[in-house]
Amino acid sequence: MSQKSSDNGASLSQNGTSAYTFTKEQLAEIEVLKTKYPEVQAVTLPVLWMAQDTFGHVDPEVQRLVAYTLDLPESHVHGVAEFYTQYFKTPKGKHVLDVCTCLSCHLCGGMDTLGYLENKLGIKAGETTPDGEFTLQEAECLGACGYAPMMQITNDVYVNHLTPEKVDQVLDQLASGDTPDFESIPMPLVSTTSNNEAAGGSDE
Amino acid sequence: MSDWTTYEPVLIPNIAGLDRLETYRKHGGYDALHAVLHDQNTWPDPASVVQEVKEANIRGRGGAGFNAGLKWSFMPPVDGGPRYLACNGDESEPGTFKDRKIFEYNPFLFIEGATIAAYAMSITSIYVYIRGEYRSWIHKMEKAVSDAYDAGLLGQNILGSDFSVDLVLHSGAGAYICGEETSLLESLEGKRGYPRVKPPFPAQRGLWGRPTTINNIETLSNVPGVIRNGADWFKSIGAESHPGPILYGISGHVNRPGVYELPSGMPVMTLIEEVAQGMRNGKKLKAIIPGGSSTPILPAKDLEDLTMDADALRGAGSMMGTAGMVVMDEDTDIVETLWRISKFYHHESCGQCTPCREGTGWLEKILEKVVTGQGTTRDLDLLLDITSQMEGRTICALADAAAWPVRYTISRFRDEFEARCKPSLIPVG
Repeated sequence: MSQKSSDNGASLSQNGTSAYTFTKEQLAEIEVLKTKYPEVQAVTLPVLWMAQDTFGHVDPEVQRLVAYTLDLPESHVHGVAEFYTQYFKTPKGKHVLDVCTCLSCHLCGGMDTLGYLENKLGIKAGETTPDGEFTLQEAECLGACGYAPMMQITNDVYVNHLTPEKVDQVLDQLASGDTPDFESIPMPLVSTTSNNEAAGGSDE
Repeated sequence: MSDWTTYEPVLIPNIAGLDRLETYRKHGGYDALHAVLHDQNTWPDPASVVQEVKEANIRGRGGAGFNAGLKWSFMPPVDGGPRYLACNGDESEPGTFKDRKIFEYNPFLFIEGATIAAYAMSITSIYVYIRGEYRSWIHKMEKAVSDAYDAGLLGQNILGSDFSVDLVLHSGAGAYICGEETSLLESLEGKRGYPRVKPPFPAQRGLWGRPTTINNIETLSNVPGVIRNGADWFKSIGAESHPGPILYGISGHVNRPGVYELPSGMPVMTLIEEVAQGMRNGKKLKAIIPGGSSTPILPAKDLEDLTMDADALRGAGSMMGTAGMVVMDEDTDIVETLWRISKFYHHESCGQCTPCREGTGWLEKILEKVVTGQGTTRDLDLLLDITSQMEGRTICALADAAAWPVRYTISRFRDEFEARCKPSLIPVG
């Protein structure tokens, strides 16, 4: 397999044309990543992440870029991309809403939240709104069981304790180009005398 | 057991700003690592650290409950080649949301624990595997790791000693199976998370064929305390057979769900009624799943006097797991809940072993039939038959984790399943 570089440092596919390229800075970052592991193959996941954060997905053409950049077989990169659910193998909407409906969320209204979003957006889970703004997905346990129901926004921030009102707010916020902030949920104190204080607050 | 209401948390103490290195150090942080590296009288060699941790009996907090120090002692003698510590922050068992609290509120405690473990086992590189969904927490860890490097607490010549170790954060990308220790190693190597056949065990052949130990985040976070205060101190906390602090994650139909740090061996009913402040909307308790979705369900009648420790839970017919307790009230549809659990395992089966790949799918399909009223009573026995074809017949424990909830939920709530089923009209044979 050959790897060519153009003037802007981009890695190109076999015939020299590709819709996707890594920047010089990214290629340098990949070189740093490689130093952290004894074998190049180990950076497959981190570089797929880098690619997805850059292009919004890792469709077969992006997988090819990753394979050529790392000089790994395309079949390997494809196999890895397909195995992990967080990699988007096809382009998605601008915002991907992963609504958890697993055990604890299921018990606490996760399906209602998903249903509310389906009605509100006029799509079913797994679909994207016609304007390309939102993709709605049903997710397996996201590790926020005590804060159900909840969803994750585009593989990033968690929004907890969802109610229809809160879902509306989040959608408005996303539509206006803003993203919800990370929500720190301190551990409740076990003391029997106080209900409102909390342990572990980070900066307060 | 000592009075839980006066218990002082040690994993996540109520100190603001503990996620800042200066605050962590001001409260005794890194004293343990300093002692291990410089106090020759107490800690003459790495083996003395392994011995103390073994003595403390920190049972693995990721679910298997194996003595961490004993696991460390399986590492072969140093041969000059690389040796690895893989820290398991995959945290994907439904009902479990504890390790993220450590990343968020006390990241240096974990980093210090991992560094001590690395010293004890002559590890050359630490890899911390964190589930990809925890991106917000990975960012927090990146900051903490970078601060630790800047302060000379990771990297070359740590705290002025001749001990050096690197720590690399590695993000998963959405796969429950990567919490299985050998699958985690495959994923770290950049592959699909297919569990490996054991033996060889990771201590013999782990990451890149080299000796490797895998420990859970909470497990390693207990190490600095053991070094600072001794194994006896650790053993004085909570249940004798399963000592130490536990991060209990309580979710489901309680008034105050959340993660609570308390001694091991807490009475289940105290956790529900007092710690989590009782059932939501004044409903009655129906059942709990004590330690993540794979641990067998326990009906309310079996919970009186039951405590959260491995031995007591085994006696009751379940397991400690990750101490992520899912509480269900009287209105819970047990049949539907089991179907949802089975759907999860079907989705997460890696597909490597036929009994699991096919079995999890059939469990989900048949349960869906039962949930929608299309099932027959004979389907229940078919489900049980499938579980016995899955258990113990695969490379890893995912098949068991998928089979146990089906087996035990049906046997413990058979009436509710039969009530959903039509009679079997066609004769057997």
